[in-house]
Amino acid sequence: MTTTDGPRTVNRRKFMGYLLGGATVVAAADLGMFGRGATADAAPGELPTLPQPAEIADLSDLLTLAAAPTSQLITVTINDDGTASFALPRAEVGQGITTAAAMLIAEELDLPVDKVHVTLAPGRPELLFNQITGGSNTMHAMYTPIRVAAAIAKGALLQAAATLLGDSANKLTSHLGHIVAPDGRRVDYGKLSALAAKEQPEAVEVALKDENSHAVVGTPVNRIDALDAVTGAKQFATDLDVTAALPTMVCRAPTLNGTPKAVHNADRVREMPGVTHVATIPTGVAVRASTFGQCIDAVRTLEVSWNDGPVAGMSDEDALAGVRSAEAPIPALPVGETVSGDFTFWFRSNSAMDTNSAVADVRHGSAQIWASLKNPNVAQGLIAEALGIPQAAVTVNVVQGGGSFGRRLFSDPAIEAARISKAMGVPVKLMWHRADDARVGRTHPLATSRIRACYSGDTVLGLQQAHTSVETDFRHGLGDIITAKAADLPGGLGNLPFSQVIFQLTTILPYDFGAVGQSLAETDTRFNTSSMRNIYSPDVRTANELIVDQLAQRTGSDPLEFRLSHLRNGRLRSALETAAEKAEWGKELPEGMAQGIGVHVEYKGVTACIMEIDCRPETVGRKVRNAVTGPRVTKATMVIDCGKAINPRGIEAQMQGCVNDGIAMTLTSSLHLRDGHFQEASWDNYFYTRQWNTPPELEVVVLDSTEPPGGVGEAGVAAAAAAAACAYARATGTMPTEFPINHQTLSFDPKPHAPPVPQSPTDGLDHTY
Amino acid sequence: MSEQTFVVNGERVTVDVSGDVRVLWVLRDLLGVTGPKYGCGINVCKACTSHINGKAFNPCAVPVGELSADDEVTTIEGLPAQAAEESRGQHGLHPMQEAWLERDVVQCGYCQPGQIMAAVALVRKVRDEGRTVTEADLDGIRNICRCGTYTRIREAIRDGETRM
Repeated sequence: MTTTDGPRTVNRRKFMGYLLGGATVVAAADLGMFGRGATADAAPGELPTLPQPAEIADLSDLLTLAAAPTSQLITVTINDDGTASFALPRAEVGQGITTAAAMLIAEELDLPVDKVHVTLAPGRPELLFNQITGGSNTMHAMYTPIRVAAAIAKGALLQAAATLLGDSANKLTSHLGHIVAPDGRRVDYGKLSALAAKEQPEAVEVALKDENSHAVVGTPVNRIDALDAVTGAKQFATDLDVTAALPTMVCRAPTLNGTPKAVHNADRVREMPGVTHVATIPTGVAVRASTFGQCIDAVRTLEVSWNDGPVAGMSDEDALAGVRSAEAPIPALPVGETVSGDFTFWFRSNSAMDTNSAVADVRHGSAQIWASLKNPNVAQGLIAEALGIPQAAVTVNVVQGGGSFGRRLFSDPAIEAARISKAMGVPVKLMWHRADDARVGRTHPLATSRIRACYSGDTVLGLQQAHTSVETDFRHGLGDIITAKAADLPGGLGNLPFSQVIFQLTTILPYDFGAVGQSLAETDTRFNTSSMRNIYSPDVRTANELIVDQLAQRTGSDPLEFRLSHLRNGRLRSALETAAEKAEWGKELPEGMAQGIGVHVEYKGVTACIMEIDCRPETVGRKVRNAVTGPRVTKATMVIDCGKAINPRGIEAQMQGCVNDGIAMTLTSSLHLRDGHFQEASWDNYFYTRQWNTPPELEVVVLDSTEPPGGVGEAGVAAAAAAAACAYARATGTMPTEFPINHQTLSFDPKPHAPPVPQSPTDGLDHTY
Repeated sequence: MSEQTFVVNGERVTVDVSGDVRVLWVLRDLLGVTGPKYGCGINVCKACTSHINGKAFNPCAVPVGELSADDEVTTIEGLPAQAAEESRGQHGLHPMQEAWLERDVVQCGYCQPGQIMAAVALVRKVRDEGRTVTEADLDGIRNICRCGTYTRIREAIRDGETRM
């Protein structure tokens, strides 16, 4: 037997970098490289669709390209105890990038992963566009710079060892933190660190380790912060012990974004147990006390007159009517039979477990801030502006975040905490109450998506999609204060073009459907919005895939076969075939149960998801106290090709999370706007997936890939949301047109809006188990 | 103000605070025990789940004045000491924590101390009832995880149950 498969071509291209001056080895990369665009391969016999903008260059390319010029400012340090340190200029919020970064450094340096310390860099404005954590871009942007910096450090250690051991560097090898000579003599990195240090910066050239010989990268590794997390030692913003930064909360208006007019009992509240300060700020009335419990008491006691917020009196239906009035006509299609759909996606919250929080110490003309921030340099600029002090007087420390889901792209709590600390003249530890976090915190904007597709026989001639949305706020720019300010031009003049670019850079319809057009129109800047574990994709793709199923049905095709015959992306075809096999597509199911498919292309990778849903009355009607049950996804299969998989265990975890997000978006979770404010004030009001909703069976497959590493954190949500919707449609025989499907039922009794936060119960000892 | 005395992780503490302040704030804001997390303050999210006299409870919903000097509060920080020395794992932790590490359950980690404390209490409860953890028991866990780590939580509880 012969084989034509030779060894894979290995790119041994040399990279430039620097050894910086100092007492130990500090190495940096210098790069101008960026990823290439995805290629499109037409399905045979189908009407090809021209490559869409995002297939040529997508959001990942934009962010990676923007980050490249400052890559030389990313450094790896060898410490005299033999460990390596790296301050990652990104935010860790659960997505696992600190672990992946440690793995890359361990790989290149030949160190055990637990000898690599990865911390979060404080705000560094000199990094320009290279300190935004968004678009699931971290590994795409940093895969090469981190490795180059580590490889340069390793080279310096080898040179120093050569001098010490009296051997030439190319005869030396490394082994888990030691340089070893041919005769077996060895010296550890810690001892070499000072010897290898340079007095002056020195430019060096380096080759990276052959990717085929990676021993750490590509293997499943547990999170480097897991031990801290399971012992309670992992610190989030509200866990920090900053001297005199006492608990602080804000009393907010009964309408969204209302503002304080007058406080009537500030002196009385100042006299309450534990309370130290009361101060009025633009967003409400802040109180500071010895404990957060006493802050809650004070917030509930404050008597404040309010100016109505900009959406006072409005409901969901009013916001939807506004979006409807901004809808543009769907472009004309070739002649043929048509399928159409008109879908509504209600407001959905990206509130994380760790509510909006920040520690601020603003005194003597300078500010120290601690918060989980995905754009610390925008935060620095905005805080300086809010306080009227120079940007350089603001230090922004990035803290581990308890989730983000898009929310920490913005620095709302950091700015608010800075204003409060300045007004009170003391350090503060600001924490938003859950009720505020859900009601006032940012949301995924309400949107409609209208689709018209036409076909002849089993050929799809065209598909046009018009997506219309309440504005998605992108005023964080590209992570620097200049583009953030450009996005903040008055009247949405800066943000709307930004959203157009983001839409076009993230939207791909992966089928050969002839004349494909997808457009975005945005309107209404009055809500607090942001991306939400993806931006447009979960909604856009859910609408698409439901129409794909309609097309399959009209043309008498099986949903899987129809997709496979129209896909124009080879990687996605492989992923879908794997998913179909693992999920046993087409297996016999009782009436009221069905499978559904969702696929997606984004972040330099592809995902295919198949869900099995149970819509039988006995399941839908099952009771759980204070909960939404409804249809149950009984099995989910998620297949991802994200390019080279740096940490398969972390990728599996992210896909599991994406499955639960997709289920929530389609079946259970939304915000309800009534009389100018959102109603949800609790996790028993906002129905994110819970244990009684999560699939009892969940399988994730991470495909081997020779493509460069792509993004992971958000990659699976769109396919999951779409799969849940398509499964529901097939199980019930009715295509759903609004999401989540339960939005029209308010499944809880809303808590009051005044006082704005609920009191804590006192009967906890009656509920022990 | 008044003095409140109870036991935290094996150590008797006395705190000068009024009796209506909930135990969560006494632990976090006054004693610096930050393992139990705030997620709602109304006994819904369960991020603060800890143990009182060996049973799961939510300190956000208990006024500190209701505790007596002998009531023993155990937070995630004190969980390893609750396990017999020979049952602790390679990290010296409670078997449920070790199962959590082995399964790499954690993502952001914020809810996980509460999840682990709830899991330990669940296993103890079903054991007292002379049975093992069922799918219905797992479906009934109210602790929310916004990262969606539910699958690994379920696997880790089953694993931890066999280690306990």
